[in-house]
Amino acid sequence: MTGLPASVGVGFKPDHFTAIRNDARRVDFFEIHAENYMGAGGLPHAQLTALRDDYSLSVHGVGLSIGGQRGLDADHLQRLKTVCDRYQPDSFSEHLAWSSHGAEYLNDLLPLPYTQETLQTICDHIDQVQEVLGRKMLLENPSTYVLFEQSTISETDFLKAIVQRTGCGLLLDVNNVFVSCTNHGQDPYDYIAAFPMTSVGEIHLGGHSTEELPSGPLLIDAHGSPVADPVWSLFSHVIGQTGALPTLVEWDNDLPDWPILAAEARAAADILAQGGARLDLAS
Amino acid sequence: MTSHHETLAAFDRALTGGPLPKGITALDPSEAEQRFNVYRNNMMVSLTEALNARYPVIRRLVGDAFFGAMARVFIEHHKPTSPVLQEWGKEFAIFLDRFSPLKEYPYLGDVARIEYARGVAFHAADAEPIAASTLTSANPETLRMGLHPSVQVLKLRYAAVSIWTRNQPGFETYPIGHSGEIALVLRDRIFDVPVAAISPAEAEMIEALRMGRPLASAAASGSLKDPMFNPQPLLVSLMQAGVLTEGSPKT
Repeated sequence: MTGLPASVGVGFKPDHFTAIRNDARRVDFFEIHAENYMGAGGLPHAQLTALRDDYSLSVHGVGLSIGGQRGLDADHLQRLKTVCDRYQPDSFSEHLAWSSHGAEYLNDLLPLPYTQETLQTICDHIDQVQEVLGRKMLLENPSTYVLFEQSTISETDFLKAIVQRTGCGLLLDVNNVFVSCTNHGQDPYDYIAAFPMTSVGEIHLGGHSTEELPSGPLLIDAHGSPVADPVWSLFSHVIGQTGALPTLVEWDNDLPDWPILAAEARAAADILAQGGARLDLAS
Repeated sequence: MTSHHETLAAFDRALTGGPLPKGITALDPSEAEQRFNVYRNNMMVSLTEALNARYPVIRRLVGDAFFGAMARVFIEHHKPTSPVLQEWGKEFAIFLDRFSPLKEYPYLGDVARIEYARGVAFHAADAEPIAASTLTSANPETLRMGLHPSVQVLKLRYAAVSIWTRNQPGFETYPIGHSGEIALVLRDRIFDVPVAAISPAEAEMIEALRMGRPLASAAASGSLKDPMFNPQPLLVSLMQAGVLTEGSPKT
């Protein structure tokens, strides 16, 4: 599906560079946010060039606004191509979300209604991305906090239709599944049952935060804490179905020291190695 | 039926003060506004964090609370125009110059100019430094060098270099100058981005080097500014930083 190894990786943070180089090999791949490597030179490129020699690489875009209004930012797509040409990543992925409107970049992954209109727009955008980059991309399911009355298609059916029309793969963010399903009163195991699992090329795990509202918890995809227990259980359930898949732990805020992040990756690797069985028995 | 464009436009307006867009709902519809606030908060917090990362000395000088409130005003008027956030925020210096609550602190804009330039230097293109042997063995009358793309010279109205320096760890007693300073910002061999105050003659020589003038001629242009000008210390520090590069051959 992708060239990423069916083992574990973490989101690369420059603060961890020295610790990674001085440590034994703890992960098999790193993922970077493409937008952080769009400068011309300097330390970011020196670090990534050094890591690229030893590890598989996933380039993950956060700013292309695939779910935005018709017409991708051609300049930004070209910048993504420059990053991909330079580092020849084993996978490129982006989000089912939008982040720009008009001339403004809003710096967040914003939700969209799922309709025939948005489906067509997104498929056209993905066709364009895959053509310009000359590679197949993975599309990630989002964390969402609100719903749209306009939506006529379920998220899983929407993703299925995108895969069928564009041939892209999917990045299954298990934390996002748990966050969105909790926020919208759905069963995350039902979501997983409806998810087009054969198209999954990578899995994301990450931490979320919780706010209590009168109707129940509001989960926020904060990437600033360990992976929560119910997300580990859901991940184990997924792996029980699919077997080992490239699995990435994301931790972007309140960054821990490298050994703590490496231990999260180790925990994911244990589940991959056991085919998801152990936690399934425990839960 | 609302078009996708209209849906996004209403969502965008709602992020910065507009009403909850039509059609936005939640499991318990009475909580739609509270849930939508996650998006309002995400945008403001993440952009404030980006500004904070770019302007740490400004934040230190005005304090966290003031910085946060000021960032909100700046963000509302100067949203990023591209997803490459390292290119965002250049207008912050002019914003500070004009922000009336800060009119007693007119030097802040110049401090911000230094901080923005440091980010530019950090991400500037790479260039191979010239070998020390080339510099020492060549004829200064004919040796043409280039400058690393990170090198920037900022002529500032206020003593912003010394203010910036005093706000670095270990420099808390650094003396503040009394008049405008010229900042030299560059990225050195180990990717640090130091800031130094240079003289008008040194600034003149750097600009002459940038224009591809031969070494002796560039030094002479410094001497025009200051008859006592000694180019040696500047050349040594540029050489040590690794920002003197092979010049493009003149045809």
